[in-house]
Amino acid sequence: MTQQMTSPEHIEYVLRLGDNALILGQRLSEWCGHAPVLEEDMALANMSLDLIGQARMLLTHAGRLEGRGRDEDQLAFLRTEPNYRNLTLCELPNQDFARTMVRNFLYSSFQKLLWERLMTSSDAELAAIAAKSIKEARYHAQHAGDWVIRLGDGTAESYARAQGALDYLWPYTAEFFVATPVDDTVAAAGVGPAWSELETAWEALAMPVLAEATLTVPARTPFRSYGKFGRHSEHMGHLLAEMQIMQRTYPGAQW
Amino acid sequence: MLTEARAWQVLEAVPDPEIPVISVTELGIVREVVATAAGLHVVVTPTYSGCPATEVIAQSIRDALVAAGGGDVTVETRLAPAWTTDWITEPAKEKLRVYGIAPPGGDAPVGPQPIRFVPKKLACPRCGSTDSVRLSEFGSTACKALYRCRSCLEPFEYFKPI
Repeated sequence: MTQQMTSPEHIEYVLRLGDNALILGQRLSEWCGHAPVLEEDMALANMSLDLIGQARMLLTHAGRLEGRGRDEDQLAFLRTEPNYRNLTLCELPNQDFARTMVRNFLYSSFQKLLWERLMTSSDAELAAIAAKSIKEARYHAQHAGDWVIRLGDGTAESYARAQGALDYLWPYTAEFFVATPVDDTVAAAGVGPAWSELETAWEALAMPVLAEATLTVPARTPFRSYGKFGRHSEHMGHLLAEMQIMQRTYPGAQW
Repeated sequence: MLTEARAWQVLEAVPDPEIPVISVTELGIVREVVATAAGLHVVVTPTYSGCPATEVIAQSIRDALVAAGGGDVTVETRLAPAWTTDWITEPAKEKLRVYGIAPPGGDAPVGPQPIRFVPKKLACPRCGSTDSVRLSEFGSTACKALYRCRSCLEPFEYFKPI
């Protein structure tokens, strides 16, 4: 039986989704044992688990599409930095609880819209992953949205940290919508939307929550990050060093 | 060799490792059981993407069927249709409540959902009071939230609709 060749753009599009989940899952896992209160320690660890589960499904799928015999573990732990396709937003350090919650809100509200569109992907496996992942993304977005409002419309301290977080993170959200030929190819094949199509819907979802949190959304600047093109920030190398060290030191090791 | 009907009976006795009062069939995790030439092929669906019990459940299913004489047992994971709490049977929901876990109320959310959490009046599984407060959206597992009853003061978990 001849296997239809999957376009490199299709594979990269799936890798981008998997890498976002993997890298953000890694960042959230860093909170385990260190969160400000026990209930949020559990929440962050469980959301990290959800994301890592999504990463497993997506990277396994990307590996199969690629057809070079790379499985989820080889893709997760053995690639070099320029080959990861996650948004720079996902690799940024957690910093504090406010920045973590604002980042989760910005990311998961975007993911909700993206998963919804991917549920009708011409790639049946991707559509199945989307139908599962959107359920979890809804809870992540609710959790983060609640916290953004509590922190923003909170004490002077929590407001300062939440506003500082939004000032720091907002420029990285421009990357969601930066045009790329990968998206154009994928959209034409019905695999998924070009992310630039989601900008208006995402702002309609995010802005009311930020307003209710009494936060000021910074004006757009020319700053752009390029993580989804493999050009990562100075934080990515450190993250990968920690995440990859066990597999690189003991190749093939399993729990 | 086991018939499909007998295999389902065996699986009805395989408990969920995290909530041992209900079985993997009552949770809707087992989707299909097919008799093959060499034994049995079972199709399961994962609950949450990162559920750490998924592999344990598949192994328990395999072990139970092999022990019952099922021959060569294979387990396949199928993602679609996505698992939903709507598949948990009504008797199973009552078993959850008796065990101390508030069962998923209402139908699983579909379509666009509000970003803000709308608190619902959950009945305490022990005393029945609806004067309860949510302590954490995520409890001991991703599928459960943590609540406290302000009437009898006991904590309880809520199996979230999904």
